[in-house]
Amino acid sequence: MTIQGWLLIAVFTGLVIAITKPFGLGLYAVMEGRRTWLHPVLGPVERAFYALSGIDPDKEQSWIRFGIHMLLFNVAGLFLTYAILRLQYYLPLNPLGFAGLAPHLAWNTAVSFTTNTNWQSYSGESTMSQFSQMVGLTIHNFISAATGIALAFAFIRGFARRETAVLGNFWADVTRVTLYLLLPVCLVYAVILLAAGVPQTFNGSVVATTLEGAKQTLVLGPVASQEAIKMVGTNGGGIYNGNSAHPYENPSALINLLQMVSIFSFGAGLTWAFGKAVGNTKQGWAIFSAMLALFLVGTAVAYSAESAGNPIHHALGVPGGNMEGKEVRFGIAASSLFAVVTTDASCGAVNAMHDSFTAIGGMIPLFNIQLGEIIFGGVGSGLYGMLLFVILGVFVAGLMVGRTPEYVGKKIDGREVKLAVLAIAVLPLIILGFTGLAAISKDGLAGLANQGPHGFSEMLYAFTSAVGNNGSAFAGLTASTPFYDGLLGVAMWLGRFFVIVPMLAIAGSLGAKRIVPESAGSFPTTGPLWVALLIGVILILGGLTFLPSLALGPIAEHIAMIHGQQF
Amino acid sequence: MAHVASRSVFTADLVGPAIADSFRKLDPRTLIRNPVMFVTAVVATLVTIMLVGGIGGGTVAFKGQLVFWLWLTVLFGNFAEALAEGRGKAQAASLRATKGELTGKRIVGSGTETVPAAALKVGDIVLVENGDLIPADGEVVEGVASVNEAAITGESAPVIREAGGDRSAVTAGTRVVSDSLKVRVTAGPGQGFLDRMIALVEGAERQKTPNEIALTILLVGLTIIFLIAVGTIPMFAKYAGGLVPVVILSALLITLIPTTIAALLSAIGIAGMDRLVRFNVLAKSGRAVEAAGDIDVLLLDKTGTITVGDRQASEFRPVGGVAVGEMAEAALLASLADETPEGRSIVVLARERFHVTTTALPGDAEVIPFTAQTRISGVKTGTSLIQKGAVDSILKANPGVGETAAATELRRVTDEIARAGMTPLAVAKDGRLLGAIALKDIVKAGIRERFGELRQMGIRTVMITGDNPLTAAAIAAEAGVDDFLAQATPEDKLAYIRKEQVGGRLVAMCGDGTNDAPALAQADVGVAMNTGTQAAREAGNMVDLDSDPTKLIEIVGLGKQLLMTRGALTTFSIANDVAKYFAILPAMFVVLYPGLAILNVMHLATPTSAILSAIIFNAVIIPLLVPLALRGVKYRPVGAGPLLARNLGIYGLGGLVAPFVGIKLIDIAVSGIGLA
Repeated sequence: MTIQGWLLIAVFTGLVIAITKPFGLGLYAVMEGRRTWLHPVLGPVERAFYALSGIDPDKEQSWIRFGIHMLLFNVAGLFLTYAILRLQYYLPLNPLGFAGLAPHLAWNTAVSFTTNTNWQSYSGESTMSQFSQMVGLTIHNFISAATGIALAFAFIRGFARRETAVLGNFWADVTRVTLYLLLPVCLVYAVILLAAGVPQTFNGSVVATTLEGAKQTLVLGPVASQEAIKMVGTNGGGIYNGNSAHPYENPSALINLLQMVSIFSFGAGLTWAFGKAVGNTKQGWAIFSAMLALFLVGTAVAYSAESAGNPIHHALGVPGGNMEGKEVRFGIAASSLFAVVTTDASCGAVNAMHDSFTAIGGMIPLFNIQLGEIIFGGVGSGLYGMLLFVILGVFVAGLMVGRTPEYVGKKIDGREVKLAVLAIAVLPLIILGFTGLAAISKDGLAGLANQGPHGFSEMLYAFTSAVGNNGSAFAGLTASTPFYDGLLGVAMWLGRFFVIVPMLAIAGSLGAKRIVPESAGSFPTTGPLWVALLIGVILILGGLTFLPSLALGPIAEHIAMIHGQQF
Repeated sequence: MAHVASRSVFTADLVGPAIADSFRKLDPRTLIRNPVMFVTAVVATLVTIMLVGGIGGGTVAFKGQLVFWLWLTVLFGNFAEALAEGRGKAQAASLRATKGELTGKRIVGSGTETVPAAALKVGDIVLVENGDLIPADGEVVEGVASVNEAAITGESAPVIREAGGDRSAVTAGTRVVSDSLKVRVTAGPGQGFLDRMIALVEGAERQKTPNEIALTILLVGLTIIFLIAVGTIPMFAKYAGGLVPVVILSALLITLIPTTIAALLSAIGIAGMDRLVRFNVLAKSGRAVEAAGDIDVLLLDKTGTITVGDRQASEFRPVGGVAVGEMAEAALLASLADETPEGRSIVVLARERFHVTTTALPGDAEVIPFTAQTRISGVKTGTSLIQKGAVDSILKANPGVGETAAATELRRVTDEIARAGMTPLAVAKDGRLLGAIALKDIVKAGIRERFGELRQMGIRTVMITGDNPLTAAAIAAEAGVDDFLAQATPEDKLAYIRKEQVGGRLVAMCGDGTNDAPALAQADVGVAMNTGTQAAREAGNMVDLDSDPTKLIEIVGLGKQLLMTRGALTTFSIANDVAKYFAILPAMFVVLYPGLAILNVMHLATPTSAILSAIIFNAVIIPLLVPLALRGVKYRPVGAGPLLARNLGIYGLGGLVAPFVGIKLIDIAVSGIGLA
């Protein structure tokens, strides 16, 4: 570990804290349907969309309507992308003449992008036409992110409103989030990336002559625009298979820092918007603090594990930390930090190969996703995932102050507890169930590159990443088989929507309740005590479930590594 | 039923039947009501089958012990519930004895017929004479009598019951000790007050409260999550090229699912109701007890709760140049025959402060009694007439004083008295105004501090009084209440409660009159005084058998204690899982990857010893926590912040640490004796 490494982590943390309120203000304004300084320009565009589609943005929806419209929108998007991927050979902007995707790969990819996962079973530069990238995939980068934020808005409104049956208009929320938040931020972001050297072109490729004199074909494309939304929308799917390790996606250390900060931007901002909406920004900062604490601990563990390196290598006379699978340009600190950030959030962009991390260094990203990506998390999904734990935490410990548990003035009773447990149980059920299935089936084992606990980690990581809608891969696993494409696709779909439905139902139920004014007798949900309690609940209820699987994967591998055994 | 002093939870007379009940409760139809314990019983059955059939892995000795402890876990859970019910049953038995075999004299035509109480229908009129037990709950329709209600209240001094007004309700099982009453039956057989009380303390009518239901859902949810966690292990183990014996998986599952809180949950609820009953308060539902913990606003009657029931004379304020001594003497004479506490306090004040020595009325004195119409009392001796009464009444009774300077001065003085929170009484002698007596409300000692505590807990207190706003404001300030409702009518109370409820607050109040009934029904916690009318007792969701309005404060405390106990034990139970994982996981996986022994942070002797120790800890923690579940966690009236810090420290951190220590100690014992 180096001073520079810790400084990088400190600067990163400072930047995240600094942007939380500005992003929160923007999110809050859009959530409330307030006029922003972009309205004079974009207001007519927004109204045109409503006029074209016959939507009345002021007509708010119940949680059921909101949910149904959200689902229909996503299913339609899924089919559209599936069709584009299958038919890309016949579609324009295919300079390299790529053929259509196989059905299992098209299904996997379509689900992957619809669910904000961006699991890439395909290799971008050798499978996807530019049309597929832009229309089939990039569009989902925006709308899946907008869907996530719209859902978070609905959930926040459930807490903030009193005795209401409606939680907002899904179409208006999605339109506004895209128009006033995602597009402007991405426009500025993409210009910065362009300036830093990220390509943005419709040309197919350039040919470079390497130092050895060999010819190398470098695939080009609309990279900068994709890169921007890939980060702020916590999508994670890059143009290149190398993702953010590729110099065209991530050209410099400064851009690397910007990319990491941008992954957390909307997730952090939503905590502030939540606090503002419920009338006490301290509530938002408390959630932020719990997230930040979990982030810092994860970073510290991953960074020290990677810095400590591998004793087997040390014995062979290769001292220092673990550099396997890392971009030399970024080094250990920036790679460890990136890995933690991308898995805290449900981003999945990578600038190093998680598969090549040390056992413990690789366990942190895995564990982060298993917790439900609630550490800032995916745009929208991070906040509502965290709030599900908040509900359980308040319910378990809230009784200890001698009152019916309540959070920001809403009483938590059987219905909310039932739905929150349901939403939280989806993760272990699918992650552990599908991993188990893969672990005992021939098709599952066929895809493994490694044996022993590391092979197990690869399967576990794949399903964890899919259910968590992260999309990062523990490479090594050959996932582009009908078995993995199919099962991972199902995992991604269930992991996204089986959490969303109970979550929306909770929002509906909370919205209908009155607000109990806060008093000295109210359960305190702002101080350090609460933050510690919330972290405890997350680790015990969210984390312990995965301990057996972690013991058989990364922990067993780590111990074997100490004893000089590799897999 | 007198207050029962705190006694040991485990007494021989209760433990014996409770043990028998623990086995009776193994009936699956009973067990299914507690899903977590039901799962435990199913697993215990499966392991028993594996023991008998010689399958599932592990040695016979190991499986035998496992079976023993698994069943003991279930039995301990049953025992906790049985013990809590047993305590209630003991009380119910004594109640039943007092009820005995009641008979009633039903009025038929002009005569009466004696019928068993069970044959009485609602609407029947019964005659109850001196010495009779009242056969059914009812409303007095005719007569006045003193009734000994010791059977239900424990208070042996008889109370007056009379037709009409606020003291017309009578309860079955109480005894008329003078005169006779005609009572209209208002409750059918088995529906009466005593019946309900018996059913409640026995736990027969117990329904799960909303909070308990929510908690049960959480526990079921956790059980499902842990089922997933444990159920997928065999597949993982197969990949690792090994096999995890089913018995070990069973042990892991049972230690992980929240058996501790599930075993104690219903005992906590029953004990909470029981504490209330011991406190002589009868809650009609567990829901009301929970609501008591959530109360935000307490409406308290001034008289008897905030101030001592009686006002005391504190000053004489002469007017029109009258000497204070003369006024004191007149006031004393007017009050000598007045046996009310107020009257006596005037005599005391005149004697002690103004040294009036008169001890008896002159022989020819004629006492004018107080009536509600005149609102004046006094005394008439041969030569003079002394009057004492409400200021307006005295002015009206003496038209001669008209608009004299003395009258104006009297008005000014009485205003001052009222503003100071006191009640003025005017004194006149032979048509001449002498002055005003200030009657002071005595705020109860320590009540101000109690209100301070309530405020810290986030509860606002509101004083309800019939006094005028001036007096009310002064008393409110002295007593330290947060708000007051002066010259309160029943409609005012109802409106106040509704206003608070619309703002999302929960309101508690107590009352006794029929006109309190709507407000009692509207309040989230309505405590009716047992001396009150049937209507009030029906409207409230609790009845205070001692008819002590101050108890409202304690009821809130009991409600909070119930919720806190539940929360504390839930937190403890869930926090325990960390240590259990660290006991069983290494034991389970060490055959697959020997290196995982490193997770054995407690350095438990052997894998079998580790598993046994965890399962033993999981079982014995239940009876160890029974006293806490039945007595409730310690409750202090402080704000939520300090309360959380304290309980989280004890039950959260304690729940993390205790099993590490406990399992280690058990492991030392188990491996020492050579059980594993």
